[in-house]
Amino acid sequence: MLADKDRIFTNLYGFQPWSLDAARHRGDWEDTRSLLALGPDAIVDAIKASGLRGRGGAGFPTGMKWSFMPKTPNPARPSYLVINADESEPGSCKDREIIRHDPHKLIEGALVAGFAMRAVAAFIYIRGEYIREAETLFAAVREAYAAGLIGKNACGSGYDFDVVVHRGAGAYICGEETAMLESLEGKKGQPRLKPPFPAGAGLYGNPTTVNNVESIAVAPTILRRGAAWFAAIGRPKNEGTKLFQISGHVNKPCVVEDAMSVPFRELIDTHCGGIRGGWDNLLAVIPGGSSVPLVPAHQIIDAPMDFDGLRDLKSGLGTAAIIVMDKSTDIVRAIARLSYFYKHESCGQCTPCREGTGWMWRVMERLVTGDAEPHEIDLLLEVTTEIEGHTICALGDAAAWPIQGLMRHFRPEVEARIARRKGFVQVPNAIAAE
Amino acid sequence: MTSSTYTPVSQQNPGTPPREFVDFAWTADNAAEAARIIALYPAGRQASAVMPLLWLAQYQMRDATGSAWLPVPVIEFVARQLGMPYIRAYEVASFYTMYNLKPVGRFHVQVCGTTPCQLRGSDDIMRACKDKGLKKGGSTPDGLFTLTEVECLGACANAPMVQINDDNYEDLTYDSMTAILEALARGEMPTPGSAIGRTASCPEGGPTSLLEVAG
Repeated sequence: MLADKDRIFTNLYGFQPWSLDAARHRGDWEDTRSLLALGPDAIVDAIKASGLRGRGGAGFPTGMKWSFMPKTPNPARPSYLVINADESEPGSCKDREIIRHDPHKLIEGALVAGFAMRAVAAFIYIRGEYIREAETLFAAVREAYAAGLIGKNACGSGYDFDVVVHRGAGAYICGEETAMLESLEGKKGQPRLKPPFPAGAGLYGNPTTVNNVESIAVAPTILRRGAAWFAAIGRPKNEGTKLFQISGHVNKPCVVEDAMSVPFRELIDTHCGGIRGGWDNLLAVIPGGSSVPLVPAHQIIDAPMDFDGLRDLKSGLGTAAIIVMDKSTDIVRAIARLSYFYKHESCGQCTPCREGTGWMWRVMERLVTGDAEPHEIDLLLEVTTEIEGHTICALGDAAAWPIQGLMRHFRPEVEARIARRKGFVQVPNAIAAE
Repeated sequence: MTSSTYTPVSQQNPGTPPREFVDFAWTADNAAEAARIIALYPAGRQASAVMPLLWLAQYQMRDATGSAWLPVPVIEFVARQLGMPYIRAYEVASFYTMYNLKPVGRFHVQVCGTTPCQLRGSDDIMRACKDKGLKKGGSTPDGLFTLTEVECLGACANAPMVQINDDNYEDLTYDSMTAILEALARGEMPTPGSAIGRTASCPEGGPTSLLEVAG
């Protein structure tokens, strides 16, 4: 288990106030000016050396992403940092804890990251449903301005940097980076075709980098404690600490910071009081938020919880939103509910996704009750491959993968429901009832 | 429409919406707030303020009428202020689910029904609402409650949960949800947060980490 001295988010549960005074007591904003004095390139190099990979799901190396920004920005096209706080992936609830209990880590990170990419401002896009969290963030930004930490001559560094908090209003798709830029520009949140990538033409057509809240919030601590400290935690290429969010059928669901690559069993036993009903009662786990395929119990129990370990299981770490399902779960219904989610959240721009998500959901609903033909399983899988990879953004993929994961591991269960409904198989309960 | 001058949408269908909204204008405080918000965005990019201004308007509607929603004249008002065509503002108001295009009750009960909440018993929460006379997608006759099933609200470690107006109620059961609805009906404000006394998303019974700094 990660030692307390190695934790970045020391106020994760809000046992202390979020305010600037308390944050300073925890070490935030401590001589930030000397961090900036390292210079943009040294900051980017340190983040690269730390091995930090983006915490929003894709796991792209954060330092490398920052390095794509122009080194000598054109004053007519200022660079922007956009921070993705539109945490909407089912299972994910970590950015919320950062924002409501440690907002100054995020604001300080915004300054440091923005400075490193030579941006003039950061826009923090927070999901509309985080109402109280946004109130805290607005107040924390006001505090930081009043203390001269951001704004003109931020932290006395001679660098001017603004931070603007922008509230969403209930659209999952705005978590996609180009949809977020559209939304920030005052439009419907419909993703843009890439290229051009945001680093070339992003917000208002200017160079922009979009980063997850957690990626930004850990940056100042990495710089203070050194890239080597961060890189020593976790496995190679999966370095650092991570906020894990465990929901579903564990005894004590929680959000907790632990080392990357922690084995699943250790994570659950240490922090969640084990699986409800014991380890033999575990059915399957969705390890990275609803978009990644589920993993059956026997595969995940001893798996390392990191990007590569879960990729090897044909799933993914995603946001480390771990949805645990025990043997009482109606696994088909659980996935069908996700299909409904994607149908609801499709922005409607691309035909395969707009039509396909609804189509897949309707088939899934029939598979829940077994009211389907056996060949429809293959038809459904065929349709998922027609949606996957055929849309502007990854929402189509995200809608396809949970269904593919279900069929990969639980196809016999789906087939049995169809057979039972058709009367091909006597249901033991039904016999008992007679 | 043969006239070359633009007739506001709100006046094209007399009778809907009610006339009193046609004269919507900011309160003095909100006028200052709207100006402050617009100034946050680069010059010429004031369209970026459409979402915050629609929020501000919806809150003003809630304060003024008890129902947080955006009648057409209010959307037109915001569009005018930002110099954008009405349809662009309407497009935004209709794309994002949290802008209510029809009136909602005094308490908008939004039950999360997505898988993490479903696994922890959101069916029971929905049943508690229905047993109290709330109907999904509609308002109670007294205008007190509107019930909506919503998609993941991002409090999955505290599932099942609901959001009522601006506050979350988490770690719910059938009984605790029933008690919350009864308290609201009596005019009380139940304490938001975990219904079982957890601190935020800390494991029930106390933290397993941060032991040196906790408490």
